[in-house]
Amino acid sequence: MKTASLPNAWPLTTSAIYTVVTVVLLGIAYPLAMTGIASLVFPHQANGSLVTVGRKIVGSEHIGQLWTKPQYFTGRPSAAGKNGYDPTSTGGTNLAPTSKKLIEATKATIAALRKANPNTTRPLPMDLVTSSASGIDPDISPEAAAYQAQRIADLRHVTLAKIDATIAAHVRGREFGFLGEPHVNVLELNLALDGISPKY
Amino acid sequence: MTIVGWLQAAVLFALVALCTRPLGIYLARVFCGERTILSPVFARIENGFYRLLRVDPEREMTATSYLLALFAFSAVGLAYLYVLLRTQKYLPLNPQGFDNLAPDSAWNVAVSFLTNTNWQFYSGESTMSYLTQMAGIGWHNFVSAAAGLAVAIAVIRGVTRTDRTTLGNFWVDMTRSLLYVLVPCSVVFGLVLVFTGVPQNFHAYTDAHTIDGMKQSITQGPMASQEAIKELGTNGGGFVNANSSSPNENPTGLSNLLEMLAMFLISAALTYTYGRFTRDQRQGWALFAAMSVLFIVGFAGAFTAESAGNPIVHQLGVAGPNMEGKEARFGVAASTLFGTISTDTSTGAVNSMHDSWTPLGGLVPLLNMQLGEIVFGGIGTGLYGMLIFVVLTVFIAGLMVGRTPEFLGKKIERREVQLAILGVLVLPIFGLIGTATSIVLPAGVATLGNAGAHGFSEVLYAFSSATENNGSAFAGLGGNQYYNIVLGIAMLAGRFLFIIPAVALAGSLAGKTSVPETVGTFTTTSPIFVVLLLGVIVIVGLLTFVPADALGPIVEHLQMLQGKTL
Repeated sequence: MKTASLPNAWPLTTSAIYTVVTVVLLGIAYPLAMTGIASLVFPHQANGSLVTVGRKIVGSEHIGQLWTKPQYFTGRPSAAGKNGYDPTSTGGTNLAPTSKKLIEATKATIAALRKANPNTTRPLPMDLVTSSASGIDPDISPEAAAYQAQRIADLRHVTLAKIDATIAAHVRGREFGFLGEPHVNVLELNLALDGISPKY
Repeated sequence: MTIVGWLQAAVLFALVALCTRPLGIYLARVFCGERTILSPVFARIENGFYRLLRVDPEREMTATSYLLALFAFSAVGLAYLYVLLRTQKYLPLNPQGFDNLAPDSAWNVAVSFLTNTNWQFYSGESTMSYLTQMAGIGWHNFVSAAAGLAVAIAVIRGVTRTDRTTLGNFWVDMTRSLLYVLVPCSVVFGLVLVFTGVPQNFHAYTDAHTIDGMKQSITQGPMASQEAIKELGTNGGGFVNANSSSPNENPTGLSNLLEMLAMFLISAALTYTYGRFTRDQRQGWALFAAMSVLFIVGFAGAFTAESAGNPIVHQLGVAGPNMEGKEARFGVAASTLFGTISTDTSTGAVNSMHDSWTPLGGLVPLLNMQLGEIVFGGIGTGLYGMLIFVVLTVFIAGLMVGRTPEFLGKKIERREVQLAILGVLVLPIFGLIGTATSIVLPAGVATLGNAGAHGFSEVLYAFSSATENNGSAFAGLGGNQYYNIVLGIAMLAGRFLFIIPAVALAGSLAGKTSVPETVGTFTTTSPIFVVLLLGVIVIVGLLTFVPADALGPIVEHLQMLQGKTL
């Protein structure tokens, strides 16, 4: 009599062997090999694109920071961690457009920005009053930098034209002319500020 | 809306369309066991797999055996990840010293990655050890995608074969998916991602002292290797909580474009592979056309709504599009395009926070999931999901003219229609009943992130996402024991209760003799068919979900126009 049998070995045994083999290959060997290759070919990026001043690590190119001193450009509002810009607690506000909490917070942000930038004549752009998705957005729009330029010029005792030129020099356009939006990396811009007026 | 925004979509779509034919041919060769460009590298390894497993690659399986093998492998994978999550504290590669997960969280995560959903109630950067990320979650990213691809190939074989009643060999299809498709693509894509700035290391987090005088802990880890398969396998689970909005996972406009391309690439190519198996490429292009229409309509809707922005914020004296929960380097166009593609497919990765999209903007990802994620769809799952709709369309067309419906020359009979309907019913049952139950239970509303209609949308989005194995979220909804357990059940049901009828349908069609085409045959390659197929998809989706969607996004939209806040 022909017994009904499965076409291959009992599937649980096969599954267990398959799991072990693929975990070793895909779960362990693959990321290790990728790390090895990446650290040889693109060591700077593979290790987190760290930014150093002298020998001190002052941040990462890709990770936004909390800016508290008025003589530096500030980034966007952040919902990452208690004070914002905590890379170990990333995320957005997740508040709805109709959320009272969101509108109150936006009002407060607008008021604080207007207070900190009393002499500017430029319009307040949307990205500067809204929280980013990651909470560690390293960039602001060129308009958001322009809005703060007068404040920086006043506090650093340099001309507005000089600040505007610094911003213009650090605007990153759309990649290939069409990807994403033009933006300015805040850390890079602030390092440049210290370059043009180290003592304020 | 801007021309440049549309240009991004157009270039992306052109790249997808360009890759569809060559990659589709390649996939067909791989799964027919023919020699490919990678055979010199992988043929030996492939045969090594079969020897080790004692699998005869020539021996094919019936639908039942194919499903049994898939279930056995899934059970082992589920148990493995669960144990890993419960013991990571005692295991190596945990430089931040993260604790073990609680049982309900471990269950949710294990089911989530087994089912290619990648729903995440946790933050990777503060929960998961590097070992868990790569050998647990990363491994599931590979094998759950390979399983989806394997099932799609089995279903294609079933609907096209007339000479055999078997569907192929599960272990062979898995192995070929991994070796010839997912691994090589991930290696190349992963390295490109490192080039754009995604970290790939095993360092503990780096302490930085900023020039402003602050301290910052910079996250590290083997991110690029995981990011690559996360998009290619339409998985979508982020290494960090912010997912692809994090500049760690998605640093530039270029990385963003490539991640979107990776989500669509294999699923789009499968339409061509399907055409190859039917020996009529028009069959594949018909599906491609229907999918493309839904993609473009979805993007247009989301892009328009988000560009218009939030009128309540405009009243505060700030003009511009809705930038809440979006990144400056992406802006509205690249964010809505990513969100549309992520929910057209079953990826669920996000580069912006969908919870903060405008009501009508957020309706697009929600509807994409509710239509069944068949716009190219998840890797494999999109194609067999679409084929279920094709069977329904052929059946309805047959009813209209009063003929026995045929599909690829095979008679569609009672059993096939029943199975197709069973598949279509999974989402309404678990998505809608899950939502309805949750909003009347205290535990279901305890963790809402927003009040009113939007709070309801959060729950509806969660159940649509879990049942469709998408994984994106209106992430204001917090996790608790209740959601960990019930969303786990919804994810399991959405994956396996859909696969069973799909494979059974294929098994039922396999070996059916082909009846010759006559003038009365309703062809599945004509523009009329594409229109009818779209009609069936949209009508089934809308009839099921419009009442629920009206209570969420539609009500909220009207509130927003009146300037109401909650």
